[in-house]
Amino acid sequence: MPAGIYLNVAIGGLLTGLVYGLMALGLSVIFGVVRVVNFAHGEMMTVAMYIAVVLFAALKLDPLVMMVPIAAVLFVFGYALQRGLINPFISRPEHSQFMLLVAVGLILINALLIIFGPDARNVQTSYSLDSFLVGPLIVDATKVYAGTAAIAFAVALFVFFKFTMTGKAIRACADNYTGALVVGLDVKRLYALTFGLGSACVGAAGAMLVMLIDVTPQLGPGFTLLAFIIVITGGLGSMPGALLGGLLIGLTEAMAGIFFTPSAKSMFSFALLVLVLLFRPQGILGKKAS
Amino acid sequence: MSRMRLGGLRPHGAALLALLLAGLVAAPLFANDYLLTVLILILYFAYAGQAWNIMMGFAGQLSLGHAIYVGLGGYTAAALFVHFGIGPWIGLIAAIAVAMLCGAIIGFLAFRFGVGGVYFAILTIAFAEFARIGFDHIKWTGASGGFFLPVAQYAYNDLWHLRGKPVMFYYVILVLAVAAFVLCHLLLKSRMGYFWQAIREDEQAARALGINTFRYKLYAVVISAGMTAVAGVFFAFFYNNLFPEQIFHISRSIEIILGPIIGGIGTLFGPIIGAFLLTGLAESMNEIMSAFGLDVPGAKQIFYGICLLFVVMVLPEGVWPPLRKLLRLEPSRRDHREQ
Repeated sequence: MPAGIYLNVAIGGLLTGLVYGLMALGLSVIFGVVRVVNFAHGEMMTVAMYIAVVLFAALKLDPLVMMVPIAAVLFVFGYALQRGLINPFISRPEHSQFMLLVAVGLILINALLIIFGPDARNVQTSYSLDSFLVGPLIVDATKVYAGTAAIAFAVALFVFFKFTMTGKAIRACADNYTGALVVGLDVKRLYALTFGLGSACVGAAGAMLVMLIDVTPQLGPGFTLLAFIIVITGGLGSMPGALLGGLLIGLTEAMAGIFFTPSAKSMFSFALLVLVLLFRPQGILGKKAS
Repeated sequence: MSRMRLGGLRPHGAALLALLLAGLVAAPLFANDYLLTVLILILYFAYAGQAWNIMMGFAGQLSLGHAIYVGLGGYTAAALFVHFGIGPWIGLIAAIAVAMLCGAIIGFLAFRFGVGGVYFAILTIAFAEFARIGFDHIKWTGASGGFFLPVAQYAYNDLWHLRGKPVMFYYVILVLAVAAFVLCHLLLKSRMGYFWQAIREDEQAARALGINTFRYKLYAVVISAGMTAVAGVFFAFFYNNLFPEQIFHISRSIEIILGPIIGGIGTLFGPIIGAFLLTGLAESMNEIMSAFGLDVPGAKQIFYGICLLFVVMVLPEGVWPPLRKLLRLEPSRRDHREQ
């Protein structure tokens, strides 16, 4: 095979990786602030994907346009989830929080299974088969749009955390819980807000990803795991780390798909996770735990 | 007579336990094939839950990938049987060895490099998923098309080759479940059991007391893995088929851990009660739904999800601790922690 093909696949993988990165960013934000491991992360993503599928099938609404509304729906879902279910669990042991979200995930997967059945669904937009020619390279148009949208969303989130008062307040909660309480921040509301924002990332990522791959209810756990792998690889609590991890995993999967067999591609992500956990547990861009 | 007390039970508790056991031994006399299959499933989950409980309940290490040991055990014994004609009881030894080795590798990597808590749980899932995809590509065991044991009508029960009627399997799994219960009881009372509980409660304090936490955590993983592999061998010979997509799937791991969580993590009776409650309720729900002519594929899983949600929210310690109080089976102060 000519080298151009590898380069094409690599670019496709990197663009998909940006969408993965956005999904993982949601997980990273939630864990970094609320200190709860969102074990229903992938399941929430499949919910977003199905919303996009339904909107497209029924109303012909383009997922690219619906990205922000879907993110908003997931924001509300995440906010309510944190307020209603997770808040009492903040001070409970880790495994207890874990189980709570495993239960939420289990219910989400099977609710989707009952509503939509086990068959794969997808979205075929008018530009699904378009591509850009850049010199010798052929780049899938959908992937370019999705990757760009993912970057835009991540940048917006970054700006929010860096420059708005609410964003600063949320970072204060993450840095020092007691301190945040002392200065009078409404930590419960900020936690719910954070969970909502993390969920919004998943919603946006789901709307993008549905254009790239088919969705089935059973995708959830796999994506949860993928999000974890990305976050751990990139470095927990590091926002650029999540995107970098996404790029790395996207590239790894694409390369494994072309050099070996596509069905074995996630094995390479797992191998990467094991290597990172063993040799750089804080992740590539993570800070060493004190 | 304190030496005779099982799990710190009072005499009327022991009587209840004896009654339960007698009921289970006599069950095939009354039960039809369907009920027997349900009982087999319950005992299977009681057994596997007991094995998982050693890691999480005793030593405090959360594994969410126990399906890997079930799968490795099942595939090892099945492959030896199909390819070399080696019977399941010898295959069992190989299966245990393979699972223990795998557990040792996971445990070594995790504990040597200080991977703990949530990260450890994720590592266990990653290994199980790795195995699932790996077995999807191993032609020798049928890859993703599944691996089948020869099925034939058996006129008699061949215990040596584990080929026969459900009744035989029922007694095999009953013996396994009882043996697991006794083994866990002994482990909990052993020196190692106390070390595990110290690690579970406060690992740093345990280390400060001179406990080699690395070694004992590793033992917990290895013992738990070996026990779980036996469940895998049973699974393979009972169902006669193995699919990587099913046996290594994360939902299998979750099914295993639901019983002990709902029953009560770290207790000896928790896994048993949890298995009875969960499988019993799920099967009755199936019955009711099919009586109404409903066939909803995800309903059982949603039911599991709701049970889990309910238990973690309302009964964080599981069903057994409050039930024990209700039955006045509280262990004496001396035995308090390990019950």
